[in-house]
Amino acid sequence: MSVDKTVLWTVMPALAAGTYLLRFSFLGLLGSAVLPGWLQRVLRYTAVAILPGLVAPGVLWPTATGGDPDPARLLAALATVAAGVTFRSMLAGIGAGAATLFAAQTLLG
Amino acid sequence: MTPTRTAFLRGFRHSLPFFVVLMPFGMLFGVLATEAGLTLTEVITFSLTVFAGAAQFAALQMMQDQAPLWAILATAMAVNLRLLMYSVALTPHLGGAPLGIRAIIAYFLVDQSFAMVMAEYTRHPAMTRSDKIAYFFGVVTPVMVMWFAANLAGAQMGQAIPPEYALDFAIPITFLALVAPLLRKPADWVAAGLSVTGALALAGLPYGTGLLIAAAIAMVAGALVETIQTPQVAP
Repeated sequence: MSVDKTVLWTVMPALAAGTYLLRFSFLGLLGSAVLPGWLQRVLRYTAVAILPGLVAPGVLWPTATGGDPDPARLLAALATVAAGVTFRSMLAGIGAGAATLFAAQTLLG
Repeated sequence: MTPTRTAFLRGFRHSLPFFVVLMPFGMLFGVLATEAGLTLTEVITFSLTVFAGAAQFAALQMMQDQAPLWAILATAMAVNLRLLMYSVALTPHLGGAPLGIRAIIAYFLVDQSFAMVMAEYTRHPAMTRSDKIAYFFGVVTPVMVMWFAANLAGAQMGQAIPPEYALDFAIPITFLALVAPLLRKPADWVAAGLSVTGALALAGLPYGTGLLIAAAIAMVAGALVETIQTPQVAP
């Protein structure tokens, strides 16, 4: 689906400014101010807490199939995680996921 | 050769292997953004201004899903919260640099540069501040060049790939591959598990809300499990 250009040109500058402020925050302004320990601990989990949930609905109910669960996509998602965890490598995950998706689509298709 | 120059070149050399990861990741963004209707200028502007791969993918997917503006921004910013941690962790090493230099360093604070420079600063505690700065810029130079070159190449490819090659599943696979290597401790698995179950259970809520609630619960749960599992050390 195409991206609305008004949305795009609103998201880009806002996200750019927000992202820069996160990066500049302590290094640029707050210097040696100390972030409380509990907050540091919570922030450590941002990536693992957001990314899996972001993709989960699309894995289980893909738009491309009209929302019906698709064995090929489920297998590909599992293969991606399994390879990524086993080899501790993003590329291994992408490779395993893409290969599984194409193989499963061909075989089950 | 001056020590500063040596440090720059060492950083440069150390970050060259990122080629293997950055090229496919950056090209994929170029391809998918082009498929989503972005022009070459828009793809490059996006990367140049935001310069944070995972958040760019997240924003792209949610814009395609026609999510409301606030949900797009909240999710993409949440993906970027880790940058705050990087900023905190680098301050003891680079906080003494002139403001202008710190402002430029902040722009280049990405996963790759952070991981690499922290490892180097820990290995060589005696490094001077100017060496640390030079090493940082040595690391980010190839990262930046490779990222934009990959975006450009991907955008060109995207224009050439016919729409019937559905790339709808490229973003989920990329995100899962990004997260999987991070799953080490039980706390990581708890957070990821709650993120998935929460996002699915709350999928009926207006777009983006369910994900943000699930993510907040997952983050706190991860931190709690870590706290419980960490033995209390007597002072």
